[in-house]
Amino acid sequence: MRPLSRGALARMVALHLPEDGFVNLGIGAPTHVADYLPADSGVMLHSENGVLNVGPKPQDGQEDWDLINAGKAPISLKRGGSYFDSSLSFAMMRGGHLDVAVLGAFQVSKDGDLANWTTGDNGSPPGIGGAIDLAVGAKSIWVMMDHATKEGRPRIVERCSYPLTARKVVTRVFTSLAILDITENGLVIHALLEGMSVEVLQSLTGAPLSTAGALRTMKQDGTVIA
Amino acid sequence: MRNVVVKDAEAAVEGIKDGHTVMVGGFGGAGLPTGVIRAVLDKGVRDLVVISNNAGSSGDDLSLWFGGRIVRKIICSYPRNAQQFAEQYRTGAVELELVPQGTLVERIRAGGAGLGGFLSPVGVGTVFADGKETVAVQGREFILELPLRADFTFVKGRLADSLGNVTYNKTARNHCAVMATAGETVAVEVDHIVEVGDLDPETIVTPCIFVDRVYARSR
Repeated sequence: MRPLSRGALARMVALHLPEDGFVNLGIGAPTHVADYLPADSGVMLHSENGVLNVGPKPQDGQEDWDLINAGKAPISLKRGGSYFDSSLSFAMMRGGHLDVAVLGAFQVSKDGDLANWTTGDNGSPPGIGGAIDLAVGAKSIWVMMDHATKEGRPRIVERCSYPLTARKVVTRVFTSLAILDITENGLVIHALLEGMSVEVLQSLTGAPLSTAGALRTMKQDGTVIA
Repeated sequence: MRNVVVKDAEAAVEGIKDGHTVMVGGFGGAGLPTGVIRAVLDKGVRDLVVISNNAGSSGDDLSLWFGGRIVRKIICSYPRNAQQFAEQYRTGAVELELVPQGTLVERIRAGGAGLGGFLSPVGVGTVFADGKETVAVQGREFILELPLRADFTFVKGRLADSLGNVTYNKTARNHCAVMATAGETVAVEVDHIVEVGDLDPETIVTPCIFVDRVYARSR
């Protein structure tokens, strides 16, 4: 049993996005979720540098460097797209107008605390960007990440050891091994990777897990079945 | 009739002095007024306080100012992948005030709009609240964020007329439109200057009342 690939994790998140929802995909791994949205998807992607209804990456040679996403990569605009200044863009975020923000993370706590901007390494300058505004403002904050560190240490923990981005904001975590919901009753397993046991998942998780009803099964391609 | 057109970037930076606070628009390369970046460096000013989203990368951008050691402090949100800045940051030669991106632009908006600041939920319970006043409104905690203004503001537009009305191109609008409201002297680099009356009023994003100088980017 191997963890989900990056691509399969991105597909899994894409399949869960609300139909016709307004969604912001954070820099890094979350950006790749867009690659797994079907061409006729009604999901409308927001990018904090001032664009709504982001379309696919342009073909080589067709890039317009005045049309980029928050990761500073060239994009296209879908029909019905719009441009706006940064103040209006962050009003969309803080004002609760986005349905979902998908963010990467170093750590998430059992209470939904998010640590995703610095590991406190003083060697290089820190950057916060717009992740913190998203984490406070979107209606639902989802995290996608590897379930544990390369060394096998939990990234889902009782209490984050890295500096926090925001407190009690994450509601769902998509990992390479499971989908977890963060509820008033703690961490609840929503889906489990095929071949993975609750006991092994618990050993890789720094806070108690519980189940509620029937567990769904994550397939290696990122689809989830009842 | 009012005419704010100046001949080049050098004329656009006239009057800048040591220790000035300078806003520079742009997100990555989009909206970055590259002409004035070189012109300010050529002026030989020092100890600038810079307000911008990024701290340059390695090209024709703010990295030139860090390479030239003319910046004392930068107020920005994402100074990553910025080699010249990082080198000076490590040695303590430049001060960094890291501000969440939405807070940065809203502080500038407050400065340009004559407000004494605003109450933000962003950063509550994190290091971004350290040293700041908090205020409870209807049971929710907010941080008091203070306004930002600059002695000089430099942004990049697409078109301007000679009155100083400005349009932008796609995501190059980013921080530029808000920064243009918050400088004592606002200079806009554009691709082309057009006749008064040629811009559709519905497309003007920065009305000329905010703009002191415009110049056409050299090709």
